[in-house]
Amino acid sequence: MSATTAPVRLPVRRFGETARSDRWWIQPLVVVLALTTFLVYSGWAALQGDHYTFGPYLSPFYSPELLGTSPHNWFGPPPASWPSWLPFSPALLILPIPALFRLTCYYYRGAYYKAFWADPPSCAVGEPRSRYRGENSFPLVLQNIHRYVLFLSLAVLAVLFLDVWHALWFTDPVTGAVSFGVGVGTIVLAANCVLLSGYLLGCHSLRHVVGGCVDQVSRAPLGHRAYACVSCLNRRHMLWAWCSLFTVGFSDLYVRMCSMGVWQDFRIL
Amino acid sequence: MAESATFRIWRGDTAGGGFQDYTTSVSEGMVVLDAVHQIQAQQAGDLAVRWNCKAGKCGSCSAEVNGNPRLMCMTRLNQLDLSAPVTVEPMRAFPLVRDLVTDVSWNYRAKQGIRPFRARPAGADGTWRMAQVDAERVQEFRKCIECFLCQDVCHVLRDHRMFDDFAGPRHMVYAAALEMNPLDADDRVRDLRARHGIGYCNITKCCTKVCPEGITITDNAIIPLKERVVDRLYDPVTRLLRLLRGGGDV
Ligand code: SF4
Ligand code: SF4
Ligand code: FES
Repeated sequence: MSATTAPVRLPVRRFGETARSDRWWIQPLVVVLALTTFLVYSGWAALQGDHYTFGPYLSPFYSPELLGTSPHNWFGPPPASWPSWLPFSPALLILPIPALFRLTCYYYRGAYYKAFWADPPSCAVGEPRSRYRGENSFPLVLQNIHRYVLFLSLAVLAVLFLDVWHALWFTDPVTGAVSFGVGVGTIVLAANCVLLSGYLLGCHSLRHVVGGCVDQVSRAPLGHRAYACVSCLNRRHMLWAWCSLFTVGFSDLYVRMCSMGVWQDFRIL
Repeated sequence: MAESATFRIWRGDTAGGGFQDYTTSVSEGMVVLDAVHQIQAQQAGDLAVRWNCKAGKCGSCSAEVNGNPRLMCMTRLNQLDLSAPVTVEPMRAFPLVRDLVTDVSWNYRAKQGIRPFRARPAGADGTWRMAQVDAERVQEFRKCIECFLCQDVCHVLRDHRMFDDFAGPRHMVYAAALEMNPLDADDRVRDLRARHGIGYCNITKCCTKVCPEGITITDNAIIPLKERVVDRLYDPVTRLLRLLRGGGDV
């Protein structure tokens, strides 16, 4: 090699170009299909404004029902002054919180930047655009609101646990007597809460708040324990994210199908 | 295992080059670096390849095997499909020297830009004790062997070539090891955003996937640092709290 040659790099790969021989496109494809399916279903379900309760069950998309006409509502029906051109559904008031939580979640960010934005399409695969700003400036710097959305989402999660409690008390349609019971729906709502807890309590921002923000976690015994627990859940954050996404969608579907009379809810106890 | 295999090795220098196929005998337990050495010994005496320990500890033999950034000495042939030619290329993010050898010196310059360790004053008992749990958190980052595979795969460097704006995952790991060290008194949070470009990382985790030391780069180093940057520079509540406590950088 002559001593005068300047260092050069191999050219940047073109979009989709790679020397990888595995099927690297499967993972982004699965992410696109799964997220799109969820978005379409949840968007449709949120706009229905109907069939979101069945007996003591309330769909998690509609909880808390701040304004609404079902027995689960908190502050009564929507005001009469609600503009008629604006569609009303109780879900529209509350769903933005969990939606924003998932949108700004560190795991989902990485996943949808890859799958929907091809930035990169997969590791060591060429990209479509050369311009790049990442999360360094507007608009993606706004992802940093994640910690605030986390606290709002934890409040919503507490309400979902309350819904599980309500889902244990069945009213007899004839006598009006309230009795304790467990239905398949109760189990569905409870499982959803457990998986959502695994997802929310493993959040990177929570990990920071409970101990990641200091260099000596050991100083506060309680903080240290909390940090260890959050870190433990955090290791499987992706798995919790997907499982809870599935159960939250399924919980709505279950209540909806029962309410529409398509599925039969079985009482176990 | 197959008796022989074909290796499609990138040959060339700064003037240009291309792939060349070499078929060589293979046996149980061989790694890619063994095959490259065998080709060098038997067929291509002038093939340039950098290596040292052959034990995955010196970080010299980084290359791209079948398109994946890997240490050649830690990539066993039985992990690869030998029915098709195995491609072996130099790391694409760095300037080429020759054949499989790249110039990784940018990394050393980038590292110098990170504030080094500065010990805090000794405790009341005159010692610098630290608790095991606090030591463990930074211990993971010290396993780094500086193979720069994470730098190679990171799209910010590899595809966007933002070497002036982003220090790369390896140096985020380095900064995390210092910043989270309970004995360190220096502060790198503002630098992380303004000089080392942590905001350019879009947490796509390719670096974590390729790290031969299994360092959880994105989840344990980059994201916790991003959160510290948010505390300091974006979150109005934590800024207000700092102001009320009358402490530190607001
Ligand atoms: S997670 Fe960040 S640092 Fe790691 S490869 Fe992706 S963009 Fe680069
Ligand atoms: S962090 Fe891992 S991949 Fe990156 S240089 Fe260190 S050992 Fe290599
Ligand atoms: S030769 Fe040392 S890491 Fe491969």
